[in-house]
Formats: sequence, C-alpha cells, structure tokens
Amino acid sequence: MSDTSDTVVRPAGFPSGAAPGPLRRYGPWIVLALLLLVLPRVFSSGLSISTMCVMGTMIIFALSYNMLLGQSGLLSFGHAVFFGLGGFLTAQMMNMMAGGEGPLPLMVYPLVGGLAGLVFGVIFGAVATRRAGTAFAMITLGIGELVTSSALILRGFFGGETGITVDRTEIHQVFGLSFGPQVQVYYLIAGWCLVSVIAMYAITRTPFGRICNAVRDNPQRVNFVGYNTTVVRFIAFSLAGLFAGIAGGLASINFEIMNSAQMGAAESGSVILMAYIGGVGNFAGPIIGAIVVTYLHLMLSDLSDVWELYFGLLFISMVMYAPNGIAGVIMMQRPLIRRGQLLRVAPYYVLALIPGLVALAGLSMIIEMTHQLSISASEGLGMTMMGIAFNADALLPWLTAVVLLGGGGWLGVRAARLAREAYGAAMVRGRVQ
Amino acid sequence: MSNADQGGTAALELEGLEKSFGPTRIIRGVDLTIVRGERHAVIGPNGAGKSTLFHLISGHYRPTSGRIRLDGRDITGLSPEQINRRGLARSFQITNIFPQLSVWENVRCATLWAMGYRYNFWRDIDGLDDVRLRTEEILGQINLIERWDMPAGMLAYAEQRALEIGLALASDADILLLDEPMAGMSHAESQHMVELIRKVSENRTLLMIEHDMGVVFNLADRISVLVYGEIIASDTPERIKANADVQRAYLGTEVA
Amino acid sequence: MAEILFFSAVNGITYGMLLFLMASGLTVIFSMMGVLNLAHASFYMLGAFFGFEISRHLGFWPGLVLAPLIVAVIGMGVERYGLRTVHKHGHVAELLFTFGLTFVIQKLVEMVWGKLPVDYLVPPSLDFPAFTIFATEYPAFKLFGLLASIAIFLALMLVIKRTRIGLIVQAALTHPEMVGMLGHNVDRIFMLVFGVGVGLAAVAGVIAGPALVTQSNMAGLLGPILFVVVVVGGLGSLGGAFVASLLIGLVQTFAVAFNISLADVFGPVAADSGLALYLDDIWSVTVAQVAPVLPYLLLVLILIFRPRGLMGNRES
Ligand SMILES: Nc1ncnc2c1ncn2[C@@H]1O[C@H](COP(=O)(O)OP(=O)(O)O)[C@@H](O)[C@H]1O
Ligand SMILES: [Mg+2]
Repeated sequence: MSDTSDTVVRPAGFPSGAAPGPLRRYGPWIVLALLLLVLPRVFSSGLSISTMCVMGTMIIFALSYNMLLGQSGLLSFGHAVFFGLGGFLTAQMMNMMAGGEGPLPLMVYPLVGGLAGLVFGVIFGAVATRRAGTAFAMITLGIGELVTSSALILRGFFGGETGITVDRTEIHQVFGLSFGPQVQVYYLIAGWCLVSVIAMYAITRTPFGRICNAVRDNPQRVNFVGYNTTVVRFIAFSLAGLFAGIAGGLASINFEIMNSAQMGAAESGSVILMAYIGGVGNFAGPIIGAIVVTYLHLMLSDLSDVWELYFGLLFISMVMYAPNGIAGVIMMQRPLIRRGQLLRVAPYYVLALIPGLVALAGLSMIIEMTHQLSISASEGLGMTMMGIAFNADALLPWLTAVVLLGGGGWLGVRAARLAREAYGAAMVRGRVQ
Repeated sequence: MSNADQGGTAALELEGLEKSFGPTRIIRGVDLTIVRGERHAVIGPNGAGKSTLFHLISGHYRPTSGRIRLDGRDITGLSPEQINRRGLARSFQITNIFPQLSVWENVRCATLWAMGYRYNFWRDIDGLDDVRLRTEEILGQINLIERWDMPAGMLAYAEQRALEIGLALASDADILLLDEPMAGMSHAESQHMVELIRKVSENRTLLMIEHDMGVVFNLADRISVLVYGEIIASDTPERIKANADVQRAYLGTEVA
Repeated sequence: MAEILFFSAVNGITYGMLLFLMASGLTVIFSMMGVLNLAHASFYMLGAFFGFEISRHLGFWPGLVLAPLIVAVIGMGVERYGLRTVHKHGHVAELLFTFGLTFVIQKLVEMVWGKLPVDYLVPPSLDFPAFTIFATEYPAFKLFGLLASIAIFLALMLVIKRTRIGLIVQAALTHPEMVGMLGHNVDRIFMLVFGVGVGLAAVAGVIAGPALVTQSNMAGLLGPILFVVVVVGGLGSLGGAFVASLLIGLVQTFAVAFNISLADVFGPVAADSGLALYLDDIWSVTVAQVAPVLPYLLLVLILIFRPRGLMGNRES
C-alpha cells in the first residue's frame, strides 16, 4: 500500500469506512415512515387524503424521472409512457382477476405495473439510449407519441378515448381490507412510496449510481475509466421505467381508471415540471416538487381558469433564475446556517419577496383581465380578484396592474440584487470568523 | 531501473498507423513498439500529432489505416472502454475530469470497473472497503487528501492536473498514457509530479508526452520524436540528443 | 387509383414543403446555437393566430406579411432575454427553457383565443379551384401554399449562397464547433437567425392556418412530427431535413388515402378468445388509421438502422 496515506493526517469527515450508526442510517426512514403513518390523522378530510394519495404516487413518478434527468443528465420527454403502461397493465391484470379469482391481494398489484415499466423500459431503452443529449430527448418524445397514438388504435387493450375502468374492491381480500375506504388506499400508496423512495435513494449510493453522476458530468471521460455510457444510460432508463411503472400501477388502483392521455405528452411534461421545480440536483428535490406541484395544481385550478399558464411561467422563471429548484434554494442556505449568518440575510429575502409578490399580483391581474376580455367575455366583463370587483375593460384596473407589475418588478430586481450582495457578504464574513 | 532492454516483450505495437481529418494526414504511417516495463517519451513540436497519436491508441479516434496491438492482441477500432478494460489508462492534455463531483468521487469512479464492481446497483458503495482504500491511496499519491470533498471543478489548476493523473492511475492499468502531465505546473509542482510518475510507473509501462526536455531525459528509457505525423527517431535519450536529424528538426530550435 | 395517387402526391409535397419551411429554420438554429428549439411549432401556431387576427381586420395578405414579422420580433426577444440567460446553465437548461415556452405559448393562445378552432378563412382572392383533374377540383389556396413555400425555399437558398450572413450560416452547418470563433457580433447573428427561423415557421402557420385547422393544439400536433423530421434527416443537416420533410409529408398523405386493413387482405381472424380480441384490433386497423403512428415508427426504425439519421454526420 501507499506510504503517504499513513503519514498524512486525515481531514475531518474523511471517509473512514466505519459503518454509520443505526440512527444515522435508518433514522430518517423511520421518521419518514412515522410521518406517513400519522399524516391521515392530521389531515383527515376526504379531500386531503385523496390529495395525499396523488402526492404519494407523484413522488414515486417524479423521483423515477430524476433517475434520468438529475442523476444521469438524460432529458426524457416520454417518461409518462412507463407510468401509463404500468397503469394499464395493472388495470388489465386487476380486471382479469376481478371477482376474487386470483390469489394475489391488491397490495402486490403495483408490482405488475413495475414489471411492465421495466419490460418496456428495456425495449424502448434499447432504442433511445443509443443516443445521448438532444437526440435522446427527441427520441423519447417520438416514443411517447408512438405509444399514445398506437394506444388509440389498440382500442381493445387501451379502451380508446374513454380508457378502461377497474374496481379495486373486486380483488382478493386479505386481513379484511377491502380497499373501499380511501384511507386504506392511502396506506397502500404510502407503503409503496416508502419502499420506492428508499430503493431509489439506495441506488444513488451504489457503484452504478455514482457512475450515473459521472456520465451526467462528463460522459466522454467515463469511457476512459472503463464504462460504456450507452449501457449506463440503458440501465438507468430501465430502472426509471420500473419505478414509473409502480407509480402508474398505484395510480390505476387509486383512480380506478386508466386513460391513454396518462401516457401522453402532457403527463410527461408535468413530471418534468415536478422534478425541475422541486430541484433535480438533490435527491429530495423531486419529492418537494411532487408535493408542491400537486398542491398548487389543486389550489390554482380552483382559483383561476388559466392556472396552467402560471405553472408555465413559474417553470420558465425557475429555468432562468433558479436552475436548482426549490431544493437548490434551500441548500444554498445551508452554508449560511453553518456560519450562523442566516438571520442576518433573511430580512433581505423578505425585502425582495414583498415587491416580488406585488409584481405577481400585477401580472396575474393582467392575465385574468385579458382572459376575461377574450374568452369569458360572454359571461360579462365584471370580475373579482381578492375580493375587489371591477370591470375588465375599465382603465383603472389596467393602470393599477401595470403600476403594480412595473413598480414591483423594478423594486424586486433591486432588492434581489441587494439580497445577493448580502448573501455574498455573509459567506465572506462567515469565513473570516 | 526498468527492464527496457530490447529483448522484452512488446506491450504496445503500432504498425503503419495513419490518421487523416478530411484531406489532411495528421499521422502518416507510425511504426512503434513499446516494450513492457519501459518508460517511453514522445516529443515533438506543437501540432506534430502527439495527442492525436494518443487518441488513436486509446480508442478516442479510429485510425484511417494501420494496426494497434496491446499485449499482442489487436485492439484497432475498439472503443475506449474496451481498451481501458484491457489494461490501458490515459490522462488528457486538456484537463478532463468530472467537475461537479467531489475529488473523492472522481477518483472512486475511476477505480470501480477495475475493482470488479461494474454496473452493480445493489451494493452500498460506501461499504466497499477495497474501493475506499484504493481511492485513499490514490488521493495520497496525488496529494489531494486535504481536498477530498471539494468539487473537482473548484480545484486550482495544478490540483486539477494532479487529479487528471489520479484518474489514470486509479484503474491500476498496466499501460499508462500521460499527455503532457506537467504542462502549466510550477517548478516545485512538476518536481513532485516527476517523482510520482517515476514511482507509479515502476511496475508498469509508461508512454508519455512531455515538452520539458529535462524531465524527459531524466525520466525516459527511450524517446521517440514525432514530427509532422512521422517518427523520425526512436532511441535512448543519449543517442536522441546526439541524433543530427533530431537536432535539425526539433531540438535545434528548442534547446539551442 | 391514378386520381388517389396524383392528389396524394400533390398534397404530400405541399405538406412536406410546409414541414421543410419549419424544419429549415429549426436546423439552422440548431447548427448555429446548438439548441433544438422545442417551441418552434409554437411559433408556427402564433403565426397562424396572428395571421387570423390580422386577417379579420386588414385581410389575409397583410397578415401574411405582418404576422411573421411580429413573430420574428417576439423570437428575437426570446433569444435576447431568455435563451441567452439560460445558455450559461447548459444544454439541458436550454432545451427545458424552450419546452417551458411551448407550454406558456399554448396557454397564452388558449387564454386569448380559447381552445376551440377559430374560423380562419381562405382569402376570397384564392377561393376558387385552381384546376380540375379526374373530375376533382384542386383548391387554389393549396396550390398557393405549395408555390409560396417553394419560392421561400429558393429565396432562402439564395440568401445562404450569396450573402455574408448566409456564408456564416453555411460555415455553421459544416463546422458547428467553429461558430464560437465568429467574433464579437455573434450575439447579433444568433438573434437574427433565431428571429428569421421562427419567422419562417410563422409563415408556415399563416399558410397552413386556413388550409388546416387553426386551434390551440396545432403546435402540440405538429411539433413532434417536426422533431421526427430533423432527427430522421440527421440533426443539423439541411439537406437531410429537406428529404425527411418530403418523405414524411408523402408517407402521411399516402397512408391516409388507403383504407385497407390486414383483414381486408387476408380475411378476418376467426377466434374469440381474449387474446384474439386484442389481435383483432391490429388485424382490422386500416392503413389510414395507422397514419399518425407512421412518422414515429420511421423514427424508431431509422434509429435502429441509421442512428445518425439519413444525412447526419454528427453524434449529438
Ligand atoms: N479532430 C480534429 N479535426 C481536425 N484536425 C485535428 C483534429 N485533432 C487534431 N487535429 C489537427 O492535428 C494536428 C495535430 O494535433 P495534436 O495531435 O493535438 O498535436 P500535438 O499534441 O502534437 O501538439 C493539429 O494541426 C490539429 O489541428
Ligand atoms: Mg498535444
């Protein structure tokens, strides 16, 4: 062995090979499990339980997507294919076994979806992962279109435009669980969510997981340390298919209906949104993204007819100014906390947030008034926002909106600059101490 | 010293190697045999095709014609990873590392294939003691233990160069190709690098490109001079120094 | 039969030329800036809707000129204030930015014009049959579309062959890695190329709008086909894009014209087990029904047998 490693003092935190204590290793998962266990007690309304069911499914889906985008640098525009195929196969299997014929309880059905996702991941991955970069993105887009348009032809299997329905209570029951009540479905999803999250996290910490990161960083160099990047991409793609399939299986159990639109471009787009808004550079990012986007989706679609526009704008501004997503913004505060400087910078954040919100109010006024003038004009021009009633064609609201947007935007940009400076100064100060 | 006598077996053989980019012939029929265990330096003016030659050997480029043999087996046209798996590792003239990964991860990734873990996606990487010890050993050799958790892209230039060499060393290959390992280093840094290269090449075959004549004459058992894509001389350092062709074509402008 | 062949061929070429009008801009932008503009079809849609809105007030012809100009200006703004900011975050971020743009443009269009098709009319001056063949009339507007795209194609070739900007574009197509060395006005050239590229897509939109359906999903329908064209042709190859445009145009129109299925040829399957039910779907589907799948099938086949595309010379 080397003679240097004995003489050099190891710096703090240097990997020593000592296994982490059980608390560090299993603690976070136990906390997560307990959290999942008590959540339906805290948020016990029917709406919140079904929302959490969707969130759990989407967490798996978004994390599986991040095995590609965040971990391996692969931008796929067709990931919903595996979600959808997993869902359809699970649904078909359930219909075949309906009436308690099959011996398998409902709990294991998501595996059918996972298997389907894996098999199709292998098939489509063999084609798509031959290329990387832009070409890979285009091929996945093409595969998505191929599958959705084929689904409309194979009506027997995919049920045409209406899709296929299932009845989850028809499946062989064990432990007296009928899965009629939504809360039972919640625990089914939570269980699978926990298992999938742990599995996907574990994969990031294996030789393969680390090589994925290397491929993301510099694929050419990976070749010269012995790895075939096509194989790395292929395995990543197949495994991502597996977990997307599990998510799809859970979705079909949860909604009891699968529709070919769930394999389509819109669904593939929404998983990109979730992963990216949450943050692709951090394992927890897509989890945050799935929760936030699902929640916003619910809130905004009640509040506004054009809520998807807000999503699009949010997404674009994150691509431009916060490419590491929400998780990235949170992670940026870690060095501040370590230096004990967060409280000194936080006021600047608030200072930037206020004009930012003002500008947002102005922007949404413009959007909503335009919408009222064009599409909803038949319902009259009167409208209310934040409890204030006005006419969409009046001058004053427009003036107000422009002033709010312009003024808020101008102040916001200046305040953001100040906040950035304060952040930089705090980092320097922290280092001196 | 090493066993660079003419009787040793060939580690690497180039035969009539040619490479053209469009109409331009960059490598024009190179024949060269590197004997097992020797330290061999390639020198030559800028643009002579030295790096291109390395790209051909390591599989980065496919030769226009000619053959390359590694340990007697034809590797012409194989991909870089296949060649690497047969025991040839290289570094790059232009630093080519994983900038967002930590120094530790950089080296660790480079050890994995050779240690047999391949595409393993079920074992905890932190639990692999052999990988950890090997990574630590390499980091010690390239003097980057202190920097182990820094993103490689944030290292100083000389440290990145050291890491570049570390990536080549990590896979424990029998043949090392180093493309200008000392370029841009300070005197003290390159002193250390020379010692490192001397040490790590003890039981290996080394093929390196280097501009610093002091280093080359000090380190190499044999030297080949590449000019305009052709090897005009290949001999011991003393005889290369004395060679009139070399004087004219190359050293005449650099040394005199 | 001859009638079907003739009309399919003419329609296929018209459709193909429209595709090329867009694919050419997309290819040039990709070669120069290294970013595949996922929002390209969205600019095509904007062209159609702007053309429609202008035609309501000023008539079709002003729309044909003004709509592409407005779209070009919007495109230049997007390049200047959007893409350029994102550029430093790398290729994936650039792709994601244009992807977000498709989303936002679609929602904006829905916000202003709604989700239903708008009534974009063929201009009266072109609302007559151009010729009658096999007792079927061929509308003059479609002929105009064909001629206009050929004219633009020729003009574009002229610009590329004869002007300084054209030379730069040519250089970018053959040596994309050299673009960075063009000097300090490279930013302005990028902006201009992006503007012209999306402007061309808008022209296609104005021409296609009255002939096809002007609706907020038109970008979503056409976009994927467009990307099939550039990948099948070979990313960054203008010649490849041309061949692939015509190929896809012809394949799709011909497929639509044939209403035969395997069942028609070989007779129906005689089985009633569960699996045969699914098999029957494949058996009785007509070529026309398969038409939307064909471009993507072509894409997959090309990738298996010729990963660089028909005329591509680059890996990625
Ligand atoms: N990919 C390439 N395409 C075209 N020309 C190349 C390429 N790579 C290298 N060259 C040319 O080959 C010649 C030799 O380059 P190189 O091998 O880097 O020289 P050296 O390492 O000896 O300084 C140079 O003139 C260079 O321009
Ligand atoms: Mg060189």
